[in-house]
Amino acid sequence: MLKQIEGSQAVAEAIALCRPEVICAYPISPQTHIVEGLGELVKSGELTPCEFINVESEFAAMSVAIGASAAGARAYTATASQGLLFMAEAVFNAAGLGLPIVMTVANRAIGAPINIWNDHTDAMSQRDCGWILLFAETNQEALDLHIQAFRLAEALSLPVMVCMDGFILTHAYERVDMPTQEQVDAFLPPFDPRQRLDPASPVSIGAMVGPEAFMEVRYLEHVRQMRALEMIPGWAEEFREAFGRDSGGLMRKYRTDDADTIVVALGSVLGTIKETVDALRDKGERIGVLGITCFRPWPTSAVRAALSHAKRVVVLEKSIAVGLGGIVSANVRASYGGHPDVVHTVVAGLGGRSITRESLARVFTSASHGTLAPLTFLDLDHGLVERALARERQTPHSGPVAEGLLRDVGVVAAKIS
Amino acid sequence: MSFQPIKFYQTGTFTVGNRLLPDAERSVQSTVRRTNSLNSGHRACQGCGEALGARYAIDAAMESTDGQLIAANATGCLEVFSTPYPETSWQIPWIHSLFGNTAAVATGIAAAMRVKGRDNVRVVAQGGDGGTADIGFGCLSGMFERNDDVLYICYDNGGYMNTGVQRSSATPAGARTATTAAVGPNPGNPFGQGKDLPAIAIAHGIPYVATATVAELRDLEAKVRHAMSIRGARYLHILVPCPLGWGHDSALTIRMARLAKETGIFPVYEAENGEVTGVSKIRQKTRVEEYLKPQKRYAHLFSPKPREDVIRRIQEAADRNIRKYGLLEAAQ
Repeated sequence: MLKQIEGSQAVAEAIALCRPEVICAYPISPQTHIVEGLGELVKSGELTPCEFINVESEFAAMSVAIGASAAGARAYTATASQGLLFMAEAVFNAAGLGLPIVMTVANRAIGAPINIWNDHTDAMSQRDCGWILLFAETNQEALDLHIQAFRLAEALSLPVMVCMDGFILTHAYERVDMPTQEQVDAFLPPFDPRQRLDPASPVSIGAMVGPEAFMEVRYLEHVRQMRALEMIPGWAEEFREAFGRDSGGLMRKYRTDDADTIVVALGSVLGTIKETVDALRDKGERIGVLGITCFRPWPTSAVRAALSHAKRVVVLEKSIAVGLGGIVSANVRASYGGHPDVVHTVVAGLGGRSITRESLARVFTSASHGTLAPLTFLDLDHGLVERALARERQTPHSGPVAEGLLRDVGVVAAKIS
Repeated sequence: MSFQPIKFYQTGTFTVGNRLLPDAERSVQSTVRRTNSLNSGHRACQGCGEALGARYAIDAAMESTDGQLIAANATGCLEVFSTPYPETSWQIPWIHSLFGNTAAVATGIAAAMRVKGRDNVRVVAQGGDGGTADIGFGCLSGMFERNDDVLYICYDNGGYMNTGVQRSSATPAGARTATTAAVGPNPGNPFGQGKDLPAIAIAHGIPYVATATVAELRDLEAKVRHAMSIRGARYLHILVPCPLGWGHDSALTIRMARLAKETGIFPVYEAENGEVTGVSKIRQKTRVEEYLKPQKRYAHLFSPKPREDVIRRIQEAADRNIRKYGLLEAAQ
């Protein structure tokens, strides 16, 4: 059914269609509307049977989900940013225990300085936690990915994180096609856990493993993720047949067939990139886009094949490995068959900085002309940075960095330009 | 058959009193039906108070729930000594997730049971004093506040024994630990507010809070049974001496626990819905020195230079407990 609704509401409704049995809620922007929506559905009795638990922290949210999942219930929670970091210990634990929890991450920057706007630093900080990480491009894909996520998680007994850009998707009102309960029920069988806490058949879960078998436990986690790489395309195909649209899969190519320059990115920025690419194509540039949906497991061979004929690759990413450069780029570089020097990193949109078609066109054209630096910070205000550096040279007591920068900018509060 | 009211000193203890009691009040451990939930063969130290407390508490909970019990366990001694894979001493469904999240994991299990319509399956969470009073305090308070259907059992041995006897917020004042060394002008753990977890639990207004020691195991069992007859958040705080961390002879575990109570250092009581409803009276009031002396963690209070000032402060704190909980009025 077509609906014009907020992204968070769409996800909440899709989650409800997946019949979660335990939902843990802790507020953090920009994720809050999702659990608010679910809370209302549970309270009104529309979503039943379901336990909706208002926990006291994200650490507790993931821990309650761990207990619920280990006891055989389909468990869901959502978070963002600081919340994801606060639950990090439990995030790794859920993966290590092999519990198929599904979590939405409404991607947001990490402080300090505290910043509520969108980038991918939160999810990227957990990229090696053992969860499957899926990134949605649109609200439609966000809701579809959640339906696929439960199937994927429970088939492999691995937790799945569905990432959607905070505010840009979560708070955007868009048209979505909401599936019916019958469609979702047909696609997603009831949860049949591999392990379960049950007095009828007592097991000990989560005990200590020493050097004699720890490597093997981790290796099997890796093997399961590798299996996900094989299964995800098939499920995306099955999803297309059942729901009548393309959603999910490992990655998506756009005008890459004859492209000399291929831009790699994740999430909602792909829309802006595609429009930019269309405009550049009109001017005769041979440029295309590779959108990564599945970031973990990383689809090494599929990415290599997709980039095989590109003369240069521009990885546009909303995160930074401080002291190195790109995070996504490091993955792309490892999968690119050509010379690694032609894989450029463009760090963009940190803390909600707008990514405009104009700026994108500038860096893409620069890449085509061979003048793009290996690492670029899109629309960085160099003057502002120079002033801060000058201040630090002048005095050892230059004060809080962010305050100094904001004084230079001349604003008293941040704004999205 | 009628029973003569018993006035023996041993009544209420396990060793002798049990045989003088009607069947229904006898210790779970004395019956052939006991489940051995924490089975033999685990790797606890000789004289471990925690192993003893856990066996009694969980077997009593198993009896009360007709075997329909799931346990969540914090990281710590109990977790490590009971389950080095592939060995496990637990005969019941058991999960260890993290150090600080046990109360929340238990909440999740209880929620799963409720949503599955299996309300008869009950949940116990257990942790040491570090996992309860320190790192797991947030999750514990959250579980209390929501009144989730979980019995949380804290086995309090006054420190982080598993990692080599470091101080926790439950370490008593004056005690030496690896991080409160017996050196300098004020050796051992400083005097402060401490963290009185049973009182904090009572302040949450939860249905049931109780303290117990491994010296009075029938009392401990009775409190577990009562706790399992109630729905909602329940808290049981058990004093479990640790021969390793306290530095007492491993044969003195029960004696140390009894002296902790008889001196007033560890008040044994229970509370319902925020009100203290019963206390276990002191039978023979004992000076704190009797309790402190056998423990090497207090050795610096006696030699080379006796610290009567410190001992006096410990005695004053014990006397305050006696007054506060009315531990000395004639027992009925």
